[in-house]
Amino acid sequence: MYYPMSINWFPLWLSLRVAAISTALALAIGLWLAWILANRQFRGKELLDTAVTLPLVLPPTVLGYYLLVFLGRHSPIGQLYEWLFGGPLVFSWQAAVVAALFHSTPLLVKSARAAFESVDRSYERAARNLGASELRLFWRVTLPLARRSILAAAALAFARSLGDFGVTLMIAGNIPGRTQTVALAIYDAVEAGKGNVALVLVLIISALAMLILTVANRLTSSPYGPRQTAL
Amino acid sequence: MIQTRIRKRFAPGPESAGFSLDLEFEAESGITVLFGPSGSGKTLTLDCIAGFVRPDEGRILLDDQILFDGAARVHLPAQARHCGYVFQNYALFPHMTLRQNLEFAVERIPRLERHRKVNEILEKFHLADVSGRRPYELSGGQKQRCSIARALIGSPRLLLLDEPARGLDAPLRAELYTVLRQVREEFGVPAILVTHDLDECFELGDGVIVLREGHVVQSGSPRKVFEQPANVDVARLLGLYNLLPVEIRGLDPGRNMSRLRYQDFDLTGPYFPGRLIGDRVWLCIRPDLLSVSPGNGRPGMNQMRATLLRVVEKPERARMEFAGEIAVEVPRIEFEKNRAVKEWLIEFPQSSLRIL
Repeated sequence: MYYPMSINWFPLWLSLRVAAISTALALAIGLWLAWILANRQFRGKELLDTAVTLPLVLPPTVLGYYLLVFLGRHSPIGQLYEWLFGGPLVFSWQAAVVAALFHSTPLLVKSARAAFESVDRSYERAARNLGASELRLFWRVTLPLARRSILAAAALAFARSLGDFGVTLMIAGNIPGRTQTVALAIYDAVEAGKGNVALVLVLIISALAMLILTVANRLTSSPYGPRQTAL
Repeated sequence: MIQTRIRKRFAPGPESAGFSLDLEFEAESGITVLFGPSGSGKTLTLDCIAGFVRPDEGRILLDDQILFDGAARVHLPAQARHCGYVFQNYALFPHMTLRQNLEFAVERIPRLERHRKVNEILEKFHLADVSGRRPYELSGGQKQRCSIARALIGSPRLLLLDEPARGLDAPLRAELYTVLRQVREEFGVPAILVTHDLDECFELGDGVIVLREGHVVQSGSPRKVFEQPANVDVARLLGLYNLLPVEIRGLDPGRNMSRLRYQDFDLTGPYFPGRLIGDRVWLCIRPDLLSVSPGNGRPGMNQMRATLLRVVEKPERARMEFAGEIAVEVPRIEFEKNRAVKEWLIEFPQSSLRIL
């Protein structure tokens, strides 16, 4: 049987845009954090590690609450944002980006750290021995060697950004046409009894998630023929 | 010239016994071999010189530059040490072609000059034809040559080689030795080579430093170390000798003679200065300096009757192992003539007897 229905595609596009921007930001911040955690020994390293992992285990509402407190209109950061961009951060689509960012960065840091740590130390020693600065070592040796694992991690971070519900609801709200992402739209559709709209969105998101997982799995298989190990 | 005096301690952990490196040596031009069993601190020493590991205290001086000084808190980063390092498993960057691997080492110099340098070294190491390949597309010998070329292209002041022959088969090993001898002559860069292989030590070493449990136990030319191990530990490490516990029974400086007792057998040796009658010492004698004759006749002077237990045959030599932990090496043809004989007379030539 066929029910004519009209689907509002805005939430899907918004979600894709939010996920893309937050993944890009997560890469910039996450790679830096991961590299520090993988290579540097410093006081408070465990604390940093815990802090980075925390969003993975906190209930989304708790995380959202913290973000509301720190980014709200009365907080210094919120006021700075308002002064810079002329509008409040909370309950805007940019807030959805922040929500997705906090939701996905911990995952990216974990995977990227493992990827950096799996790069054989002798390659890094060789690069230093050949006079490469730490920066060049990172761009020319560590990152290319960890590239595929990191792309896989970015794909997973993208998928996770796409699926955030709780944090987004807390700090971006559920404003149709402005901050309503696909996860929120599905919730709304079910609430409103539009089962077939929810189903279409659910199927699209599921297919996308499967595609991303397949890509991620392909990426993590070894690129350079048989695995080369050096002591 | 490199002068090294370093100390590095690793506290014993739940699964490791702890280790303490405490050594001092100097190396001049040519190839200096760090020789020792695994776990003696050879590679750790190399890593301290290269700047990968920071010693607890001491001083490392390369020519007139201080690489490390514990008291003055100087610890140059690996980047600033100009020591070419050849890694045990090459550590060629797998995502770069052979040419890119070489270019990586000279990226600071202008493009034309860099191009010329890379081409020159590719020619020298017979790698020009495969310069566009990635490491996993290269043969073992090519990888080996590439890793040496990469370590040399930046004109290092010292070359460090970490067991370069490990895991290579005999032809590749021979090729490596040829390359290293060529490097010694053409590049004139002093090298420190880590190995636990005696043949390598002898073939390549201009000097050898014997390490054991983090300490230098002897150093000198390979010839000298092999002919006169400083003590019974070195002799054991080299694994080349018969080591027999003997007691000095008589010393006669006038006739340059001594009498030694091994089990119930008397030996006549040369006079040993600085020893006393009654000293218990180790008689150290190379298996190829002993001679044997078949038969169980009456032993003459310095001859000992012994039962053959086992023979290890090599293409050219046979190693005969007798009861009483004595091994004798003879040309295989000589053994072939008396293959069935079990009772032999071993002769200890008086002049070749050494004690430790």
